[in-house]
Amino acid sequence: MKARVHVMLKNGVLDPQGEAVRHALGAMGFDGVEGVRQGKVIELDLAEGATEADVTEMCERLLANTVIESYTVEMS
Amino acid sequence: MRAAVVVFPGSNCDRDLAVAFEQSGADVTMVWHKDSALPEGIDIVGIPGGFSYGDYLRCGAIAANSPICKSVADHAARGGYVMGICNGFQVLTETGLLPGALLRNAGLKYICKTVGLRVETSASDFTQGYNAGDVIDIPIAHHDGNYFADADTIKRLKDEDRIAFTYTDNPNGAQADIAGILSENRRVLGMMPHPERAADAGHGGTDGQALFRALAGALTEA
Repeated sequence: MKARVHVMLKNGVLDPQGEAVRHALGAMGFDGVEGVRQGKVIELDLAEGATEADVTEMCERLLANTVIESYTVEMS
Repeated sequence: MRAAVVVFPGSNCDRDLAVAFEQSGADVTMVWHKDSALPEGIDIVGIPGGFSYGDYLRCGAIAANSPICKSVADHAARGGYVMGICNGFQVLTETGLLPGALLRNAGLKYICKTVGLRVETSASDFTQGYNAGDVIDIPIAHHDGNYFADADTIKRLKDEDRIAFTYTDNPNGAQADIAGILSENRRVLGMMPHPERAADAGHGGTDGQALFRALAGALTEA
């Protein structure tokens, strides 16, 4: 079983890396990009029996800092 | 005063901090991150600057879950003193001993220079060697020093006089110019600037000395 965790800075938290990417896209001539947010994807290979609740706890305790980041979990 | 300085893989200001403690008269023990207990009788734990665990995942996140950090949290819960500098401040926010989080610098650049800090409160054993309103010169060296907390937290920090230091010329985008904050009981300090790098005449500045002397004065039994 695999889990994919997406971690993103919360809305309202300045994302200077995203801003830098947005500027670069503008400089390359890609008009119309009004905002870029950059996050990360963490893939977990899980042993038999691991549940989404386990992954959620991992997110809360380590994988995301919920002061500044939001996360979503996809199980597959 | 008995001080412990925690050493993580990637710590690089541990010895500087130990020397600053020693020069203020402390008896210092270095503590390895895999140790599960602090030595007996420690008054203050120093969490030094550096790049604990290579800053993987997020600055301070993996260190905050190391075996020693459980003991540091217990020490703080018992009313013990803790001081986190730079990466140590990041560790303290990740452990929840201090509120908020440190984001990438707003200008995206790593900044290494001496900056002006305004002492916002002298009402703590860390800052009582200064007067509120004093401006001191202390070096910074960080990539992720942009202090962030929600509006309620910032208001609470202000209302409770828990902002220890602010930048006179905010270098990293920190909210409310915050450079260092105190815990509710005022015994945990986290700050991004490095007072241990301004604690000896050989450093080119000694404005950080008063912090270590004040601590030693407060924590050494007469």
